[in-house]
Amino acid sequence: MLQKCVGALKKAPSRLLLLAFMASALIPFFYMTATAMTPQAFTLPYPPILFPQRFYLDNFAEAWGSNHFSDYFLNSVLVSLISTVLIILVSSLAGYGFARIAFPGKNILFMILMFSMMVPTLTNLLPQFLLIKGLKLMDKYTGLILTYLGTGIAANTFFLRSSFLSVPHALEESVVIDGGGHWTIWLHIAMPLSAPAVGTFTIMAFSNVWDEFLYALTIIKSPAKRTLPIALRMFQGQNVNNWSLIFAASLIALLPILLVYITMQKQLIRGGITDGMLKE
Amino acid sequence: MRKGIRQWEQALPFVAPALILLCMFVLYPLARNIQISFSDYDILANRITASVGLGHYQALFQSKRYLLALRNTLLYALVTVPGQMFLGLVLACLINNIRRGQTVCKVISYLPVLTSWVIVSLIFRYLFMSGKGGLINYALMQVGLLSSPVSWLQNEWTANLVLWLFGIWKGVGWVMVIDLASLQGVPRDLYEAAQIDSANAVQIFFRITIPMVRNTTLYLLTVLTIGAFGAYIHVMMITEGAPLGTTNELMNFMYDTAFSKYEFGSAAAQSVLMGLMIFLLTLIQRRVTTEMVN
Repeated sequence: MLQKCVGALKKAPSRLLLLAFMASALIPFFYMTATAMTPQAFTLPYPPILFPQRFYLDNFAEAWGSNHFSDYFLNSVLVSLISTVLIILVSSLAGYGFARIAFPGKNILFMILMFSMMVPTLTNLLPQFLLIKGLKLMDKYTGLILTYLGTGIAANTFFLRSSFLSVPHALEESVVIDGGGHWTIWLHIAMPLSAPAVGTFTIMAFSNVWDEFLYALTIIKSPAKRTLPIALRMFQGQNVNNWSLIFAASLIALLPILLVYITMQKQLIRGGITDGMLKE
Repeated sequence: MRKGIRQWEQALPFVAPALILLCMFVLYPLARNIQISFSDYDILANRITASVGLGHYQALFQSKRYLLALRNTLLYALVTVPGQMFLGLVLACLINNIRRGQTVCKVISYLPVLTSWVIVSLIFRYLFMSGKGGLINYALMQVGLLSSPVSWLQNEWTANLVLWLFGIWKGVGWVMVIDLASLQGVPRDLYEAAQIDSANAVQIFFRITIPMVRNTTLYLLTVLTIGAFGAYIHVMMITEGAPLGTTNELMNFMYDTAFSKYEFGSAAAQSVLMGLMIFLLTLIQRRVTTEMVN
């Protein structure tokens, strides 16, 4: 009994420290949520409100209804879904090609691909902007989606190639014997067998596009076409002191990512190492 | 030869879209960017108007505002990278040592990582509001560390401090996840042996834990430094460079040069310099990662 007490006492400092870490991660989110649930905090409340005093949701309704915020939400859904599907399609095809098909010059092309992974995305911003302008794709989702597709192509192809490499060859042979080609192998063997990697990849690709800021700011000009991160920035500019409304809008924007994360939490945390690769 | 062509026919539909995109969005922009950095560029006519050689580069190194942005970027990296690494490692050790509730702690620590930069920036702006109603001011005044509220974002060093705290707070969870994975690979008997020799927690941390996660640490060091150099949203959203450009960082300065002043030549030169710095860091990272694998 005494030993147990001494043991617990010894552990106390590290438990307290852990508690402090958790508090510092959570308090800003409590503060945000409480502010979003406080009626019209035009002046900063004193003392600050850390816990909502009552379950007040009008700010969410107002944020959703005002300044076309619901339109921006749908814009983001549209852009993120189309981009994610295209990113998976193009980079899984290329990943398959580099992992499974022998062709002359493959090694050189792969070296170029590896090299281009070292070119920082952001340093190419200006010529990419000029390219989109030259293609007359400014202020169009086609231009934005094409940019998302193009900027990450090397890292994405590399990631999916690695997971296709580990698919056993024996399975392919059975398809070849049945007269099937690479398309069949890609669709019916490589993709399903790499499902966990493709799943993680999908979530990363989706949330990267959902949160993307710089290209959306540079390419999309007309207010009606804005995506959420840009809309939030503008929203803050228009409602400078109405933090209740700003945070209600922020929480709405955060919700989809949170939902995806909570459902897929295990795979994502285990895949922690790889998200460095997909990080912009 | 025949065989080669047949193989290409098979491979082309798979790799062609990616290769075309690679040329359009990575390789061509890279070459074009270098070319523009040696020229004056007319954004309206969408063409190069004059060649200026190294002119833009020379001007940059004489520009006080650019050097200020460079200084701030270096400081941001110098403060936030070790800050994230140290706190992330401590957090990983703490989580590694508890038996129940590991998942909950991991999820909570990962929340700041998961939340977009834009939203976290808004939260930080609000936390550090001037006046006594701002949460940070309120808390510091309650415990007696401040006697009057601080205008955090209106002074050069307090504003930079807010940006640094932002960078650390946002990244600790990510470092923790990676450190935790490598901590769980440290053999248990090492700790037990240390405990038998009655080493205390601090000694164990510095003598066993840190050396054992050395490779991970090197990996984190390069990845986080690259991240710190390319960061920009926090400045755009929290300080916008204020007061008077004293909180500008390289990416923000580049974006302003291009899209507020429309000086594409100078902005391209800044991009090339930034690209070189990050390229070097990536080379180091590659070497470190290869060493890790071996």
